[in-house]
Amino acid sequence: MVALPSETGIPPKVHYLNADYGIRSWLLTTDHKRIGILYLISITFFFAIGGLMAVLIRMELATPEGDLFQSDTYNRLFTMHGIMMIFFFLIPSIPAVLGNFLIPIMVGARDLAFPRLNLFSWYLFNIAGLFTIWALVHGGVDTGWTFYTPYSTRYSNTHVIATALGIFIAGFSSILTGLNFVVTIHRMRAPGLGWFRLPLFVWSLYATSLIFILGTPVLAITLLLLAAERVFGIGIFDPSLGGDPLLFQHLFWFYSHPAVYIMVLPAMGVVSEIVPAFARKKIFGYRFIAYASVALAVLGFLVWAHHMFVAGMSIYAATVFSALSMLVAVPSAVKVFNWTATLYQGSISWDTPMLYALGFIGLFTMGGLTGVMLATLGIDVHVHDTYFIIAHFHYIMVGGAIMGYLGGLHYWWPKITGKLYPRFWSRISAMVIFIGFNVTFFPQFILGYLGMPRRYHAYPPEFQVLNVMSSAGATILGVGYLIPLIYFIWSMRYGRHASSNPWGVVGLEWETTSPPPTENFETPPVVTRGPYEYSRSEEVADGR
Amino acid sequence: MKTHPHTGPVVPVGVYVAVFAALLILTAMTTAAAFHDLGPMNNVVALGIAALKATLVVLFFMHVRYGTRLIPLVVAAGLFWLVILIALSLTDYLTRGWLGVPGR
Amino acid sequence: MAADARAVVAHHFDSPDQQREAASLGMWVFLVTEVMFFGGLFLAYVVYRGSFPHAFAAASRELDIVLGTTNTALLLASSLTMALAVRAAQLGRRLPLVVFLALTMALGSVFLGIKMYEYHHKFVEGLFPGAAFRFSGPEAPHAEMFFCLYFAMTGLHALHMVIGLGVLAVMLVLGARGRFGPLYHNPVECAGLYWHFVDIVWIFLFPLLYLVGRHA
Repeated sequence: MVALPSETGIPPKVHYLNADYGIRSWLLTTDHKRIGILYLISITFFFAIGGLMAVLIRMELATPEGDLFQSDTYNRLFTMHGIMMIFFFLIPSIPAVLGNFLIPIMVGARDLAFPRLNLFSWYLFNIAGLFTIWALVHGGVDTGWTFYTPYSTRYSNTHVIATALGIFIAGFSSILTGLNFVVTIHRMRAPGLGWFRLPLFVWSLYATSLIFILGTPVLAITLLLLAAERVFGIGIFDPSLGGDPLLFQHLFWFYSHPAVYIMVLPAMGVVSEIVPAFARKKIFGYRFIAYASVALAVLGFLVWAHHMFVAGMSIYAATVFSALSMLVAVPSAVKVFNWTATLYQGSISWDTPMLYALGFIGLFTMGGLTGVMLATLGIDVHVHDTYFIIAHFHYIMVGGAIMGYLGGLHYWWPKITGKLYPRFWSRISAMVIFIGFNVTFFPQFILGYLGMPRRYHAYPPEFQVLNVMSSAGATILGVGYLIPLIYFIWSMRYGRHASSNPWGVVGLEWETTSPPPTENFETPPVVTRGPYEYSRSEEVADGR
Repeated sequence: MKTHPHTGPVVPVGVYVAVFAALLILTAMTTAAAFHDLGPMNNVVALGIAALKATLVVLFFMHVRYGTRLIPLVVAAGLFWLVILIALSLTDYLTRGWLGVPGR
Repeated sequence: MAADARAVVAHHFDSPDQQREAASLGMWVFLVTEVMFFGGLFLAYVVYRGSFPHAFAAASRELDIVLGTTNTALLLASSLTMALAVRAAQLGRRLPLVVFLALTMALGSVFLGIKMYEYHHKFVEGLFPGAAFRFSGPEAPHAEMFFCLYFAMTGLHALHMVIGLGVLAVMLVLGARGRFGPLYHNPVECAGLYWHFVDIVWIFLFPLLYLVGRHA
């Protein structure tokens, strides 16, 4: 009989959490695991701010009249919601929290290649957040998270500079994170750990890091030029000097489109870990999923102008970008099909991480397919700047990235904290989030298709039913997010101790203790097999 | 070339000086060429010489010629993405007037 | 691992080689981000020069080619001394290291001095973009765009030089204290890579800004 590994266990005497005490030991730590937790705290805070903005937006939109906020206030609300969620939550979420914690362990290293740089990037991230929050409390920004010129350079009298500076600094933080990951994955793999023995989570974060490295600097120079134009009158985008505002959009989207892949690629990596773990099966098409991650990182850079189809760009270039955009569907579909094939004939257990992963697959597919619709020139012109777009990218960013993030957090929480969370409540929360999400955002597809434009605080009364549905769904979604927050905090104090491998799965991170020691492994690991060898792991559990 | 087991490549001084001399000569050439009207070739010469100079610096001063194979790949990736940025943006700028309709 | 190697290798690396290769790869990856950072400006340059070739040629003639060429030569020379400084660090020769670093810094400082003189001159002539911009030639607004790019590109380059000088100053102090040798010279090597990169940016800026309309 197969002896299942037990969920609970006795914690090791000394691990990274109790190796040292006091606030200094956290604020000056160079341990990638502790820095991951520092990031977790920071991004949870920023998520709460962005979430608050979302609550206020949905409150305003519960009625057709603009009765709760002035239109000016509403502009600042959706701008800040976007900036907080994108730059301060989604982009750092999985890479900086789970990636930081897991990459060195998954490659069998003692730490990231540049531990002090890692800590520095956390400080930069928080300084960036402070700039943005400063701008927020002093009246906010009303340009939309896209900062389009010439409105942002000439006309907006809100805190564009402080916010742009905040995002600029946050960009540095993500560049340093990406750089650290790339060097670690290239140079610090354990003996025997070839590229095709790496977990797919590492592959996806490698691809993400490429985007961090190659895309973020372009956003940085763009925001710098924006600031130079506002402050010094160096008018690179100024139409009165023959400047082209569309150039700003090209530069902005060169980063900001791939940024979507920064959000969703790591979530795909998480799902690629969870699906084989809870189907107890070797992942189907390992190499295809690995290559698809890299392909998405590259293709992500070839499609940016599909955000500009109605902005006045050349119709011929638009055709090229439209065709290239559809190519993105190929590696995305490769992944979805491979996960589905992995599920086929697997012995599936419905644990919480798996619920999130399955939610991801469904919602990402919805978001991806509507993405193909939007890549089509004619449809894009029809639904441009409507709620159809809003629904589409929330399916990718919330339904995809956040589901992946929460799934990963639930999967690795016993490893990170050494504690188990309540199984019942975690399953409930996964389902509440799934339902709340769909009730919030599915009506927005219809609204957009019927022609409701984005970024207005008032709308014609015939749209009210669907908007009330959406606001009601947002309430459910909000409750769904609060439940994990409560039981995660609860588990840190009252949760039972997790064994080193509570799910009974394979992977280097499950071979060390929960929580791991400061240098990750008692003895440096030597890797002798691929990452998802489930048939053999049962032999191991069986005592062979 | 002598190498300590852990130093990495130690390049002879003569190589550095020769590269420096080549760089100075190329600078003189590009400046001189700029004063002659070569039509569109002016741009080609200016950028060609600049690329040659940059290559010399990268290969010798920055030791890419002597290092691991990964570094040339990193350099190539950087250049490739720069080409993506400029080339795909130019698909817009070079074709914007083709339709002959203002604003399109 | 020998005792002297253990002293210079951080706890999470296995060997001095791994540490050196990680540092060098990290620096190269950082330089790639720098390529993309300047890349945005180069794209702007390409787009606007393609749109306004005559204005750019006329505006470019306002720049002082003698000073520009001198600065190019100075920066190339500083790259040579930088390469020699890295070599000295690799061989553990303390005095040459300090001397070559100091020479590099001196050459870089002269470059910046000349650049400041040029900037001053442009300000006085009313060639800084903005309300005070005065340009006698045709297409004044488009010429102003040239100067927008000129100040953005050379300003950003100069900022990188200033940062580079700061890094070199730190290397000078550490080098004088004898911190570098055959087993541990990654910081000097990385500083060198950065300095050479800044040199390469100038290698492209020089023809793009100074040599555009010389033959007309």
